[in-house]
Order: sequence, then structure tokens, then C-alpha cells
Amino acid sequence: MNKKALASPYIVWSGIFIIIPLCMVFFYGMTDKTGAFTFDNITAIALSENAKALWLSLLLSLVSTAICLLLAYPLAMILSSINMNHNSFIVVIFILPMWMNFLLRTLAWQTLLEKTGVINNILSFMNLPALQIINTPYAIVLGMVYNFLPFMVLPIYNSLTKIDPNVVNAARDLGANGLKTFQKIILPLSVPGIISGITMVFVPALTTFVISNLLGGSKILLIGNVIEEEFTQTSNWNLGSGLSIVLMIFIIISMIATAIFDKDGEGNVL
Amino acid sequence: MIKNSLKKIYLILILIFLYAPIATLIVLSFNASKTRAKWGGFTLSWYVSLFQDDVILTALYNTILIALLASLIATLIGTIACLAMRNMHKTGRAILMGITNIPMLNAEIVTGISLMLLFISVGMTFGFLTVLMAHITFCIPFVILSVMPRLKRLNISTYEAALDLGASSTRAFFKVVLPDIMPGVVSGFLMSFTMSLDDFIITHFTKGPGLDTLSTKIYTEVKKGIKPEMYALSSIIFVTVLLLLFLSNNVPKGEKKEIQAK
Repeated sequence: MNKKALASPYIVWSGIFIIIPLCMVFFYGMTDKTGAFTFDNITAIALSENAKALWLSLLLSLVSTAICLLLAYPLAMILSSINMNHNSFIVVIFILPMWMNFLLRTLAWQTLLEKTGVINNILSFMNLPALQIINTPYAIVLGMVYNFLPFMVLPIYNSLTKIDPNVVNAARDLGANGLKTFQKIILPLSVPGIISGITMVFVPALTTFVISNLLGGSKILLIGNVIEEEFTQTSNWNLGSGLSIVLMIFIIISMIATAIFDKDGEGNVL
Repeated sequence: MIKNSLKKIYLILILIFLYAPIATLIVLSFNASKTRAKWGGFTLSWYVSLFQDDVILTALYNTILIALLASLIATLIGTIACLAMRNMHKTGRAILMGITNIPMLNAEIVTGISLMLLFISVGMTFGFLTVLMAHITFCIPFVILSVMPRLKRLNISTYEAALDLGASSTRAFFKVVLPDIMPGVVSGFLMSFTMSLDDFIITHFTKGPGLDTLSTKIYTEVKKGIKPEMYALSSIIFVTVLLLLFLSNNVPKGEKKEIQAK
């Protein structure tokens, strides 16, 4: 219990498997095939096709993050207001689906969205126009929202359940109506959860290559697809690492945002 | 009244959104037609042929073995690290917690390629071991983040009391500290297991050509069409977990409180 040395397995592990690998990405990203120093791999982001992929990734991930936030906030409020077996209910809703493989779940949307798929059959039955979004950016956004919604709900839910009900009651006693209480008390106190949720959705959405691959046909390339291809097909690790460094800049920005708004780790997912 | 029913409708709509793909997959597992697009009548034959498909069964075996080993080792390393961090200097602890957050906040693709570059540079053969080490790496943070809060709430006096009453420090740890942090350890383990089982991206970059988990198998099958046996297998897994969850929620009241007090 009193031995600090107990931390050493983890310190060694994280040194070898977290710190060194990250340094290697930076090393590969800033050298060429001969090992000479260069910025070419990083500035390659400005090339038209890479820049287009990054721009599309940013656009789609921002849209998905916004939709997730809009869907998740009311959901988190409802979940925190019902007085039942909180934990088990939350687990059932959000953790249970993970036991069905994530690739299969995403693929299932193909079946649902296809021209003659389930959703269009229902729509035509109700005499509504068909929905043709499979293999378009819309389907990718849907896949992102579907996969990452839990990462938005859980931190917001956690920060909402931590609000002392007395604070809310005090606001009501002092004459604030429901809307005012929400604006002045509940919303500001849930900011750590919101920020943490935004990071948790934005980063995986920005960097995904699977969802775009499965739901976007093979024509739509996101920045994640470009990097993945550099590693598994073209084997240009230097270029792939350089583009990853660009991605990490966005990741670091969102990490800093989390650190500023969520000092006590209140918005943690767990 | 209206407000409550609106709440219920919203919850139900979200549940439909989250569970429609799962229902689809379960329906497809009974589909006699081999393509996803058509319904060819009801059949159980995929459930039978599943158990004769060595490729899928091997992938299942790999997936479970990796998830089990990775989450066990991660739970061990993570829990021990939490105990040690309690006694560390504030800055040391802050740095270590910062490092712990890296795999959680970093993009999976970056974690994947960074580990791939590491394994290449030390000349390791890509296969079971590389995947296992990668999984342990991304599982440890889940353990630390679920054990740490329990450990912070731990009353150190009970441990000291045990020592005063003559228990050795090992005995005091196993009799006093461990039972107290156990719910955190268990939820860290379960979280790790689930994450490892569902992982595709990191496995994709750290596996060799000879090794397949269920995820990587499915990914390679996407273009030529998913074998219906895969739907059957995932339906079995899903329903089993659902039943386990249902049963664990119906254990007698005394035990139930114990489990939920996390």
C-alpha cells in the first residue's frame, strides 16, 4: 500500500506503449523515406485531395457532433429525472449494443436505408417519398450519430445527476420559472459534461474511416480513409504519419478545451 | 401528464434508433436468402452451419481470448497503478493521469498506427501478441478511471485499524481495501472486456495476416458479402448477454444493492 514502486509496471507500460509510439508518429511524420528531416508530409495536407478530405471530415464531424448534442441533452435530462434503477437502465441502453459487433451494426443501416430497404418500404406504405441517402454524406452523418451518441449522453447525464437538487429548488423558491432555472442553473452546471461529450464525439467522428467506408460507398474519402490507405495499401508511413500529426492538432485543441472547462474530470464517461 | 408522455415517446424513439440495426441483424440471421437485400423465408440453417465453420469459430476464439487476457492484465496493472498513485506526489500523479487520458482522448486510428510503427521498428511479428499488447494498452485507462474514484472515497483508517489489530499489510489489503474497491475493479474489467471485444480499428493496424478476430473477419467480408453465419453468431452473443443482464438484475435484494453501489 505504501510502495510507490507499485506504479512502475504501469509507468513502464505507458512509456513503451503510449509515449514512444506517439514520438514515432512525430518522427515518421517529419522525415522522408531516407530519414532526412522534412515538412513535406505535413504540408501535404494542403494538396487538393487531402484538403478536400479534411474539409469534408471537419464538416461531417461538426454536423454529427451538433446533432448528437441536440439529441443527447433532452435524453440525458429525461434519464436523470426518472427515478429508477439508473445504472442498469443506462447500461441496457448504451453498453448492451456494443456486444453486437460495431461493424455489423453499422452495416445493418445499409439494409435499413437501401432503395428497397426497410425504411423505404415503410415510407412507401405510408405514401411518403423515398429516402435516398445511402452512399451519400448524409448516411455517413447518420452512422456517426448512431455510433457516437452514447459518448455524448453519458457525460451530460453524469454532470446532470451531480447537480444538487437543493440548488434547483432554491432557484424555484426564489421565483425563477422552469426556463429561467434551466438557463441560469442547470445549463451552466452541465457545461463540463457538454464539453466532454463534444470532445468524445468530435474526435472519433473526425478520424473515422470505417463509417465512411461502410455507409458512404467507396467514393467518399474522409481524412481517416486517406491515412488508413497510406498505411495499409500504399505503405507510405511517412505521409500517413504527417497527416496524422495534422489530425492530432485538432485532437489537442479539443483536449485543451476539455481541460479548461472540466478541471475536476466531472464529465468523465465512467 | 402530457409532459410525461412526451418524455416517454422521446425515449422510445431513441431506443428504436439505437436498436433498429440490432433487430435487423437478428432478423437477417433467420433469412434463408444469402443476400442482405431480400427476405427468402425463415430458416435456422445458419445457426447449424455456424458450428461447422472453422474460420468463424477460430475468429471467435481469438476475439474472446484476446478480450479476456487483455482485460485481466489491464485490470491487474491498472488497479496496482491506482494504489500506487495514491501515495505519489501530486505532480507525479497528475502527469500519470494525463498520460492515462491519452489513449482515451486520442483518435483510435492514431493509437493504432503509432503502435503499428512501434512494432515494426522493433521487428516484432504481427499477430496474437501485438494485438494483445495493443488491447491491454487501450484497456488500462478504463480500469484506472473506474477504480480511481472508489479509491478516493476509501477510508484509510479502516486499513490502519486492520494493521493495528495485527494484520500483515498484505492481509489488510485483501481483507479491507480490496473488498471496498471491488465494484470499481469489476466495472473496469467489464468495460475493458466490452471495449476489447468490440474493437476494430486498433486490431486492424496491429494484427498480422495470419490472425483474425470477428471484427477484422467481418471487415474483409464486407466487399464480398457477409456470411449469414456471422449474423447468427452475433445474435447468439447478444441474446446471451441480454439474458445475463436480465438475470443479474433479478438477483435477491441484498446482493442487488451490493452490485449497484458502484
